[in-house]
Amino acid sequence: MSITNTSATIIQPLPAASSNWLRDLVGIAIILAAAIVGYFLFPNNLALLTRMIAIMLFVLSLDLVTGYCGVATLGHAALFGAGAYAAGIAAAHFGVTEPITMIAIGAVGGAVAGLVSGVVILRGHGLAQLVLSIAIIHLFHEAANKASNYTGGSDGLAGITPDPILGLFEFDLWGRTAYVFGIVLLIVIFVLLRILVRSPFGLLCRGIRQDPVRVSAMGASVKRTLIKMYVISGVVAGIGGAFNAVSTQVVGLDSLSFTNSAEALVMLVLGGVGTLFGALIGTIVFIGVEDFVSAANPFHWLTIVGALLIAVVLFAPKGLYGTAAALVERYRKGGK
Amino acid sequence: MQTFFSIGVDALAYGMILFVISIGLSVTMGLMRVVNLAHGAFAMIGGYIASYAARDLGLAYGLAVILAVAGTIIIAIPLERFLYRRIYGAPELTQVLMTIGITFCVIGIANYVFGPTLKTIPLPPDLQGPVDLGFRTIAAHKLFAIFCGVAVALGLWYLIERTSFGVKLRASVDNTAMAAALGVRTKIVYAASFALAVGLAAFGGVIGAELLPVEPYYALRYMVTFLVVVSVGGAGSIPGALIACLLLGAIDTTGRYLVPEYGEFFFYLAVIAIVWVFPRGLMGRAK
Repeated sequence: MSITNTSATIIQPLPAASSNWLRDLVGIAIILAAAIVGYFLFPNNLALLTRMIAIMLFVLSLDLVTGYCGVATLGHAALFGAGAYAAGIAAAHFGVTEPITMIAIGAVGGAVAGLVSGVVILRGHGLAQLVLSIAIIHLFHEAANKASNYTGGSDGLAGITPDPILGLFEFDLWGRTAYVFGIVLLIVIFVLLRILVRSPFGLLCRGIRQDPVRVSAMGASVKRTLIKMYVISGVVAGIGGAFNAVSTQVVGLDSLSFTNSAEALVMLVLGGVGTLFGALIGTIVFIGVEDFVSAANPFHWLTIVGALLIAVVLFAPKGLYGTAAALVERYRKGGK
Repeated sequence: MQTFFSIGVDALAYGMILFVISIGLSVTMGLMRVVNLAHGAFAMIGGYIASYAARDLGLAYGLAVILAVAGTIIIAIPLERFLYRRIYGAPELTQVLMTIGITFCVIGIANYVFGPTLKTIPLPPDLQGPVDLGFRTIAAHKLFAIFCGVAVALGLWYLIERTSFGVKLRASVDNTAMAAALGVRTKIVYAASFALAVGLAAFGGVIGAELLPVEPYYALRYMVTFLVVVSVGGAGSIPGALIACLLLGAIDTTGRYLVPEYGEFFFYLAVIAIVWVFPRGLMGRAK
C-alpha cells in the first residue's frame, strides 16, 4: 500500500558525480558553520546541542529505513536504546570506559537490535508491520525494565564515567569535549551515509521503496537487502545511543520508549523523508521548538506537535527541507 | 480455582471492552484502509462526555451513555470531512502521521479542558456491588461489560449479515469501485460506517471506564492495544476481532495476575508470535 503511488517519481536523472561531491562539501561546511555558531550562541546550553547531535544520528538511521526503504516503523528507538544500553552496560559493569570503544560497542549493540527488529518487522506488511514494530519497542522496554540488575530498571543506568578521548581530551563540566566529539562523529557518519545512499546498494533500496515487485523480478533479494539496511541503520542508531550515553553519562529507560520512536518519526517527517539533510533540519527545529515551548507548558507542546504534524501532512508533505528544495528548484528553472 | 475463576471473569470483561472499542476500528480499516491511530481518542472523548454528563450535570447513566455516543459522533463528523477524507488511499506513513497528530491534539486539548486527573463515571446503583451467581460472586459492572460485548457482537452480526446496509457495506469492503458501479453510494456507506465505528468507540470508552480509566493519555496508552487487536484479528473481520480480543484479553490478564513483574512482556511476545504466524491476522483475507 505504501509503495504504490510513489512510482511516478522513479525516473529522475542522477546528478553528475562532481556536483554530488560539491554538494557534500557544501553540506559539511554548513554543518561545521552551524556547529560553530551554536557553540558561540549557546555556550551555556551545550548539553542541549549535544543531545541534538545524538538524536540527529538516531533520526538519520530512521531515515535509512523509512525514507530510503519505505518501511513505516514506530519502534526504531529499540535500535537507539540498544546502542545506549550496550555502551552503558559495558562501561558501568565491565569497566570499558574508553569512549571510542564504547561507541563501537554501541554500534554492535545497535546492529544486533537492528538485525532482530528487521527480521521481525519485515515479516509483515502495512498494519501488521506497524504493529510488529510497536510490539518490538514495548518488548525491548519491558525487557530492559525487568533486567534491572544490568540496566538499573526504571531508575536508569548511572555510573558511566568515560575516559578522556584518545587519552588527551577529558570530558569537562561544560560539555565542550562532548560537543566537539559529537560534531566530529556526526560529520564522519554523514559523509559515510552520503556515500552509502549513492552507492548501488542505496539505489537498490530506493528501488525497493518504489516497486518491490519489480526489484525482485530483476533478480535482487528484497528482504535480504532490507535486512542489510536495517543492520546498517542499527549501527548508526547504536552510535547515536552510545554517544548519548557517553555525553550524558546516564542511560534512561525512556531511550527505549514508544514516545521516543514516535518523536523521531515526527522529526524526520518535519524535516523531509528520504533526504539526509531533512533528517538533520527536522531534528534541529523539533528539539529547538520543544526546548522553547515545553518550558512553558508540556501539554501545549503536545497540542502543538499534533497541529504541526497535521499541517505538515496537509501542506508540506515533503517536509521543510523537501519543500524548500522544491522551491529553490522552481526558482532556478524560472530563472533560466 | 478461585484465581482461575477471577482471571476468567476479568479476561472476559476486558476482552469484551476491547472488542466493543476496536471492532469499529477493524471495520473502518477493512473498509477505508485507513490506519486510524486516533480511534482511542474517540473512546476517550466518549468517556469524558459521559463523565461530565453523569458526574457534573448529575444525569442518569443511560442518558450519559447516549449523550457520549451522540456527542462523539458530532465531534468526529467534521474531522472525517476535513481531515480523514484527504488521507484515504494515501501511503501508510501519511495516515499514521495525520492520525497521531489528531491524537496528540485531542490529548492536549483534553488535558487543558478537563485537567490531568482521572475522571470517573458514577455507576448506577444496579451496577455497583457484586452479583451472586450462586457459586461465585462477580462485580456487576464486569457482568454488564460482558453483556454489552455480546450484545454488540450479535447486533453487528445481524447488521452486517442480515440487512441491506450490511450487504452494501460488505460489497464496498470487497470492491469499492465495483460496488459504486452497481449503484451503492459508497460515500454514504463510508460516512455511516465511520460514524458507527466512532459511536462504538465512545460506547466502549464509557462502559469500559472502570477497567480502562479515563485520563488524557488514554488515547496514547490504549491506542497500541486497539491496533494490536485489529492486526491480530484481521482488519474487517468481526469473528476475527472477537477471537483476538478474547485471546489477548486472556493473555494480558493472566500475565498481570501470575507474573505482574514482567508487565506487558508476554502480551507483546504473544502479539509478535501471532502476527509472525498469521501476517494477515487470524481471520484476515489475502488481498
